Amino acid sequence: MARKNEYVAYSYLNCEENVGSGLRGGINCVTSPNRQGAAEWHKLGSGSGWGMTDARERTNAEPGKDELLAIYRTASLIKQTDEVIRSLITKGQLHANYYSPRGQEIVAAATAAHLRPDDYVVTIYRGLHDHLAKGVPLRLLMAEYFGRVDGSCKGKGGCMHITHPESGVMVTTGIVGSGMPIANGLALASQLRGDGRVTVTNFGDGATNIGAFHESLNLASVWKLPVVFLCQNNLYAEHSSLEMCTSGEIFERAKSYNIPGVRVNGNDPVAMFVAAGEAVERARAGEGPTLIEARTFRFFGHNFGDPSDYIPKDEMAAAIAADPVPVLRARLIADGMASEADLIDIEAATRVEIDDAVAFASASPYPAASEMLNDVYAYSLETA
Amino acid sequence: MNSAAPAVTTVLPIKPTKITCGQATQIALDEALAADPNVIVFGEDVADPEGGGIVGMTAGLSTKYGNRVRSTPISEQAIVGAAVGAALAGMRPVAEIMLMNFMTVAMDMVVNHAAKLRFMSGGKTSVPLTIRTMSGVGIGAGGQHSDMYEAWFAHVPGLKVVVPSNPADQQGLLTSCIFDDDPCIFVETTMLAGFKGEAPPRDHRVPLSKAAVLREGTDVTLIGYGRPIHDALAVAAKLAEEGLSVEVIDLRTVMPWDEKTVLASVAKTKRAVTLHEAVKQFGVGAEISSRIHEELFPVLKAPVQRVGSMNSIVPFSGPLEQAYMWSQASIEAAIRNTLGSKT
Repeated sequence: MARKNEYVAYSYLNCEENVGSGLRGGINCVTSPNRQGAAEWHKLGSGSGWGMTDARERTNAEPGKDELLAIYRTASLIKQTDEVIRSLITKGQLHANYYSPRGQEIVAAATAAHLRPDDYVVTIYRGLHDHLAKGVPLRLLMAEYFGRVDGSCKGKGGCMHITHPESGVMVTTGIVGSGMPIANGLALASQLRGDGRVTVTNFGDGATNIGAFHESLNLASVWKLPVVFLCQNNLYAEHSSLEMCTSGEIFERAKSYNIPGVRVNGNDPVAMFVAAGEAVERARAGEGPTLIEARTFRFFGHNFGDPSDYIPKDEMAAAIAADPVPVLRARLIADGMASEADLIDIEAATRVEIDDAVAFASASPYPAASEMLNDVYAYSLETA
Repeated sequence: MNSAAPAVTTVLPIKPTKITCGQATQIALDEALAADPNVIVFGEDVADPEGGGIVGMTAGLSTKYGNRVRSTPISEQAIVGAAVGAALAGMRPVAEIMLMNFMTVAMDMVVNHAAKLRFMSGGKTSVPLTIRTMSGVGIGAGGQHSDMYEAWFAHVPGLKVVVPSNPADQQGLLTSCIFDDDPCIFVETTMLAGFKGEAPPRDHRVPLSKAAVLREGTDVTLIGYGRPIHDALAVAAKLAEEGLSVEVIDLRTVMPWDEKTVLASVAKTKRAVTLHEAVKQFGVGAEISSRIHEELFPVLKAPVQRVGSMNSIVPFSGPLEQAYMWSQASIEAAIRNTLGSKT
């Protein structure tokens, strides 16, 4: 099944000839969209000899060993946390309406590598990867998933509304497309204050068909706001395929609003790192917004429990076979950037942290009923 | 407010002793912009090159305050969304949604986000924004430029809803909204834009959620807000000639409303009438009436009466529009209904 939106990029992960010869990120630019590919995106990594076409040299922008290891550390944290959460739900120990980001780890990890602690992130219900990558403390996050008083939102927001301003996570919305207008406002504040902060707003491919996307891109362009619009295109809007509901190319929509639009293999840490770095740099320099369409995939449907019957079996199998986290892991070892033992250490330390967070969350009490009266307004309704 | 703020040079050429409701808004915005650099103003056509607002309420502000006062595209979701985001970052945005019917386009931002983010974040964030919007019947604007939807917003916990009836309140309430830490929907009445009243002093503030007893009385309490309050006062004056004593309460803040003042008044008069410009069904008057019945049923001498506009669409044709609206006659009839034994 050939997809309409074929993707080609020069990529760390899929260019055999690139092994050991330095890393290059591949992006498609709105001015020269690369449509010459023949395979589906998720077959990237199969070693089919992709060549560089129209990708600009970005050697200085590419991640080095430290950055790639940091991306792996974050991706591994996301992957393992997701596995624990799904296991807890399956065992009936956690009751949460959960939207697994499994498969999209690299997008968040490679983007967050460019962000300062005080940069803003806005994300959506499928946001665990964005939260962890931006640094929301695992204990607070897990306690929020459990609905406990020690959660990042005192248990009152839940997993769809994680907020942690200390790490810059300002809004997690459950309404498709709603993060973008708000991201503009955060960026407007930064622009007026000249504080150099960048706002990254995450959303899926489905959100590009809602009015808020178009209103937001236009306003961000007109006001030259320091925003990165990061479309995590996992090819399905809830249960509807990209072909069914999205006309044309998402990244090309940027052109209509006179902002740069790039398409990138979001599962490729080099390509993603380069694209995000350029967009963040542009925003921080006051040069305005960028739209990134990061191609990726989700392995566990829309919400956890969704059997994903609408995804062809061969497509799902190919995507899982190209699971970006183990692919990066193998590559780090193959390139001599880390030993198997190094990575086992990273993974084990992460697992300890997750187990600690689950224990912390389980031990935390539920919020008191009186909490209903707090935070509706600035004052407590009890004293009103 | 910042005490080190520079002296305000009002955008009005001379400080008048009487001002219109429109000028009240202009003065409140001017003072707030001067007092606090976090205050920003944006909306469709609000900057001077675009005319300084459709009725000139923001005239002079962009010239005086630069890019803190901006015109926007006609993008209500983007306008309110930007206000929500800027507020989350600690600014005090005043977004203008030109007419209240256009609020419907931005409901997701208002209802799902502005109202809820403080609670859903466990108090980690807040949304100190003000949305100024305008509406009201009586100018032949028809079905999509005239509605009063304050009840929609009053039904959403987390929002504050304010409807002033005179220039001093318009200035004082708007200033309070801007410096309040919660999202406020500030509803200006189109027909009152040119209504003149006493000019309040500088930095005039009217506390939110505090009703004003505009006329004291002993026989019946009339509770309303916005433009119809002027009709209520006229009817009260007329009935006083017959020896009927009507207490008139201007709610000013529709949500959270001043239950204490209203219930104390009705406990005294034992009769009540609610009044608003919006259609009667499922309106603010229904909530007030219910609360009065719940709290004061044993002492009430008559069921609470409600006055509002007809359960219909705002029509274009002049006579139809008059038929749609509340009237002094309908207010008087409602009062007389509660006073059945006295007439």
